[in-house]
Amino acid sequence: MASAKKSDVNLENAMVMADPALADWLVAAPLILGFIFGAICLMQRKNVLLQTRIALFGLLLMLIADIGLFINVWQNGTVVMTMGRWLPPFGITFAADMLGATFALVAGIVGLAGGIYALSDVDSTSRRYGFYPFLLLMLAGVTTAFLTGDIFNLYVWFEVLLISSFGLIVLGSERRQLDGAIKYAFLNLVATTLFLIGVAYLYGVFGTLNMADIARKAPALQEAEGPHFAIAIMFLFAFAMKAAAFPLNAWLPASYHTPRIAVSAVFAGLLTKVGVYALLRIFLTMFPADRDELGAVIAIIAALTMLVGALGALAQTDIRRVLGYLVISGIGLMLAGLALGSETGISGSIFYAAHSMIVMTALYLLAGIIGRLMGTFDLHKAGGLYQASPWLGALCLVLAFSVSGLPPFSGLWPKVLLVKGSIDVGAWWLAAAIIVSGFLTTIAMVRVFSFSFWRTRAEGLVEIGPISREGRIKLYAALGLTALTVIAGVYPEPFIQVSDRVAFELTHPQTYIDAVFGGNQEGGGQ
Amino acid sequence: MEVAIAILTGVFFLVSIYLILSRHIIRVLLGVAMLGNGVNLTIFTAGRITREIPPIIGDDATVPLEGIANPLPQALVLTAIVIAFSFFAFLLVLVFRTYQELGTDDTAEMRDAEPEGEASPPLGY
Repeated sequence: MASAKKSDVNLENAMVMADPALADWLVAAPLILGFIFGAICLMQRKNVLLQTRIALFGLLLMLIADIGLFINVWQNGTVVMTMGRWLPPFGITFAADMLGATFALVAGIVGLAGGIYALSDVDSTSRRYGFYPFLLLMLAGVTTAFLTGDIFNLYVWFEVLLISSFGLIVLGSERRQLDGAIKYAFLNLVATTLFLIGVAYLYGVFGTLNMADIARKAPALQEAEGPHFAIAIMFLFAFAMKAAAFPLNAWLPASYHTPRIAVSAVFAGLLTKVGVYALLRIFLTMFPADRDELGAVIAIIAALTMLVGALGALAQTDIRRVLGYLVISGIGLMLAGLALGSETGISGSIFYAAHSMIVMTALYLLAGIIGRLMGTFDLHKAGGLYQASPWLGALCLVLAFSVSGLPPFSGLWPKVLLVKGSIDVGAWWLAAAIIVSGFLTTIAMVRVFSFSFWRTRAEGLVEIGPISREGRIKLYAALGLTALTVIAGVYPEPFIQVSDRVAFELTHPQTYIDAVFGGNQEGGGQ
Repeated sequence: MEVAIAILTGVFFLVSIYLILSRHIIRVLLGVAMLGNGVNLTIFTAGRITREIPPIIGDDATVPLEGIANPLPQALVLTAIVIAFSFFAFLLVLVFRTYQELGTDDTAEMRDAEPEGEASPPLGY
């Protein structure tokens, strides 16, 4: 087939000839593991017990791969792998910098916790209908979205995680679920389609889809013609919708309380944060100049998001819906760092994002436990838990303090960084919004605590029994995540070091560009 | 050629936004399908439209000819079509199941997840 002439071509100009180092394969490992184990689980979906074991093993392996990747990136800097050996920007690049590796690691933890919790939360019918395959595929999609270095590829991973999440949200097919799923599905699909429109224009202007290549060419095109700013706005709109930032947040409180609690928990931990990740990547690595222009707009969105989220949480009677609004409030804080654009601010955002992924998941898991014990999620009927299980009360209080940003838990430090960053640039109103939203969150969460734990059980309701043996598994998952927030709160030094380094890399996009193109600065693009 | 297709794309977006703004979920679904096709046309046009020279490297050459058609947008559109089709299929079933279960296709009447007139949270006990 291939003509003999081909051998005359010097392939080194166009291709990566060296085999990638073994450790570099870790960039692709979460994807490969997620898909392989997802496929095996799908084949074994009728054998519920075996399928569950395979899935948990797969989730554990993914977490180990994420840890390995994180250590590798921490020690050796950005790890790059290009598919099909084509030199960037021609091959699809996977590039794990500190931002991607950190988010992937936390996503791995959240995924495993969700998988363990589901052992006693998701019934065998739902498992036969594919809970674990969907979870594995969604986690693979989320993790790879954090690691890819190609913007069209990012779109593909968005769609992978979206279609898997559709499968998860309708498991059970209750009326509420279908209603929630309709809103979730349509609004998210419109958001990803808007993202794709942005990608189309981006390709029309830059002629490339490689993120590092775009970042490299963006300064030169800044003054040139081309709808550069319009593309940035399009991305802001699309990803703000995915992240559920105000005023595009309607889909989240309409849907997050409807599926199984394990599903809600994983969604709260992972999905909105992918939107935040994409915003950070696009506005800090690719279009830093547009971020400077849009900073004030993003700051207003951030302040409104955190306040609306916290106020929304105050107005809810269903515990799960209180948490849904708190997810939105947290998104506002992450956007605040992006709005500031300073290293302190971005560092705060990253730390807060990791904190929020862990704590929001833990809170949903906890809500599942207390909801099951009380037989209701309604605050009107809640009560009597303190007598049944004081330790559960301690757990709830720790998480309530953590999500509100009270010491000594992990919510405090990122907020300190963000407030400091705001005051440094004179944005006192942003600092005030952060503090007020924290105050409102405290009220909302302490109300949940006092109504479910301190209030005596109403007459005529069934007595609360002890936590069953299967229920303990749920407790372990929530406890594991809570331990992390306590550690990060009491000893924040290493966590701040990581987020500072992420912020440094993000504010110096040249490191990312250099890592992707290696020594081959002139290569490609011609 | 680009101008003509750009106008056509505009019409696609116009129709799809009009449909998405409807209260009836089936029209929204059709609007989303139209939107996907509009985006595909956008990608296709963004890659510049030339048709004279196919992007094939002959047996006796090592580089393609000057001014070939751009093959990349076609690969992108193909990916997007597959994704959009699978989403359409899923949403069609979801909409149908919802219609069966809730007995309405009017979004304003779908209030199962967020019931109207919910009681305010308790203020004390």
